[in-house]
Amino acid sequence: MNVFDSLGIALTALRANTLRSILTTLGIIIGVASVIVMVAVGTGARSEVDRQIASLGSNMLVVFPGSTRVGGRAGGAGTRLPLSERDMQALRESIPGVVAVSGLLQGSGPVIYGNANWTTSLMGIHDQFNEVRDWQVVEGREFTANEVKTAARVALVGKTVVDKIFNGGDPIGATIRVLNVPFQVVGVLDSKGQNSFGRDQDDVVMLPMSAARGRIVGRSRLVNDNVGNIHVKFDASTDLSEAQEQIETLLRQRRKIKAGAEDDFNVRNLSEFMRARTSALTTMGWLLAATSAISLIVGGIGIMNIMLVSVTERTREIGLRMAVGGRRRDILMQFLVEAVALCLLGGLIGVSIGVATAAGVALSAQWPIVIAPNAIMMALGAAALTGVVFGFFPARRAAHLNPIDALRTE
Amino acid sequence: MDPTTQIDRLESAARHDAKPLIEARGVAKIYTVGEQTVRALDGVSLSIHLGEFVAIMGPSGSGKSTMMNLIGALDVPTTGAMVLDGRDVATLDSDALANLRNRTIGFVFQQFNLLPRTTALRQVMLPLLYAHPRPPDAEAMARHRLEQVGLKDRMDHVPSQLSGGQQQRVAIARALVNNPKLLLADEPTGALDSKTSEEIMALFCTLNTEGITVVVVTHEPDVAEYAKRRVLFRDGHVVEDVSQAGYMGRAAE
Repeated sequence: MNVFDSLGIALTALRANTLRSILTTLGIIIGVASVIVMVAVGTGARSEVDRQIASLGSNMLVVFPGSTRVGGRAGGAGTRLPLSERDMQALRESIPGVVAVSGLLQGSGPVIYGNANWTTSLMGIHDQFNEVRDWQVVEGREFTANEVKTAARVALVGKTVVDKIFNGGDPIGATIRVLNVPFQVVGVLDSKGQNSFGRDQDDVVMLPMSAARGRIVGRSRLVNDNVGNIHVKFDASTDLSEAQEQIETLLRQRRKIKAGAEDDFNVRNLSEFMRARTSALTTMGWLLAATSAISLIVGGIGIMNIMLVSVTERTREIGLRMAVGGRRRDILMQFLVEAVALCLLGGLIGVSIGVATAAGVALSAQWPIVIAPNAIMMALGAAALTGVVFGFFPARRAAHLNPIDALRTE
Repeated sequence: MDPTTQIDRLESAARHDAKPLIEARGVAKIYTVGEQTVRALDGVSLSIHLGEFVAIMGPSGSGKSTMMNLIGALDVPTTGAMVLDGRDVATLDSDALANLRNRTIGFVFQQFNLLPRTTALRQVMLPLLYAHPRPPDAEAMARHRLEQVGLKDRMDHVPSQLSGGQQQRVAIARALVNNPKLLLADEPTGALDSKTSEEIMALFCTLNTEGITVVVVTHEPDVAEYAKRRVLFRDGHVVEDVSQAGYMGRAAE
């Protein structure tokens, strides 16, 4: 008797008790479905995080100005000494491995073109911003260094703004009014989608730093060349934590911070920050993994239970099979195959439910999912293993029945 | 001289020439139930040769069922030697016993013991699935045997669609499919009406004339009448072992 014969017998036996078979495999179904959902959502989340990290720009550090602390109440970022063009210049010249540097002022305001108007986020940037953030211009061109230096009235627009105010027309060369000042559109930005907080990154108009300063944020009382945050891109071989220390040392010197005093600025690696946020997802993944492990175990016990019932019900059949020449290993194999088939049946139902659930999550929560074929194989493998582990005891019991007693059973 | 006696003599002579198919020498089977020991068989010696038709009789508790289990290689004796088809069962492990049952013995049971929801054809093929090596023409062999027992038109029927007599015929076809030397039947007519019983016993007689050894274990004298030899058990001993005319002899009367 080979495995295929055993499988045929197993399927006949399972079909004879269809409802019972399906109910028995419920634990396996839940276990496998949760494995599939877990992996699909987890992998999707990770790929989303990777995408967001990529959209921030790779190998990048961001320097934020510090906040004041007056009588114990902390002011917001930038309330203390802002970062200046000179700080930026110093970074560019003194820190090894710097590829590109740009400041970033952020604000918001109305943009008008013809009779269409739209309130959007406004950014003041340097000419290297596109390179620093890996944020390309897909139509037209980037700002030139000269435009930034001379406060030229030029603008880059995001996809959403194009859709909102140009109504299908060609934005390149058009003159838009930003905060009631005319700017000529020279480029359209590549679409970046939502950021990790759900904000539309394409809803933006970028202006040269020098033209934006004093318009989208007020001029600082302390410096007249405020650049907001400084984004610094390094080459791939640079160790970012080392670079971070060098920036801190340099800025402490420049800003004359006494030894032991707190920094009045922050240097952050946003990619690290994003990765840290995924640890919450990882924790949830482990929780789901534990759930599926437990339900596979519970499901396995259910399988063992029903297989013991099956062995008892079919004692005469076992006796007959032994009488006509079935060896112990044939009987063992038959019941083991039946347990595994039962688990795989549950596994297949579980995979279907898992994939459907994951797709449902993807649709309703706008959450990206990735259904990996090896996750499905892994889940089915786990189900089959459950069948072998929990089917072995009942199968062994069947194989060690005494044929005489088995034949005599009513 | 009476012609039947002459035939018996001839058969008896043939018996002693060849090695017996079944040979029990001083066989005992002792069960321990609680603190009591039960001697189900107590020193039985019995030889059955190829081609015989033997009825094993006795009241319940006589040891006839225990003897059947030993003849069927389902059990081994506590003491004494049990030789089946030239092999001492004491020397065989459970796999070898299974193999012996598969190739040498065909079982027929009182309750038919057919598998539910399985067609007659597949029932009959069952012993071939356990055969080593497996015959390549298993299905043809099964069809042939079903035709032989008169179920040509019932191959695809499941047990619930068959009468008792037809079910027992399927069981007989199953017992025959692997060309065994011995057909071992345990109360084969116990669950059948008298007319069907007669048909089944007539089938056994026909098979016996074709050369197969038949051993029927029964407590019904009517059934035992079909056999050519009758062995009576009581309290674990053989108390009577006689040759008789058998069905063919009676039919000639």
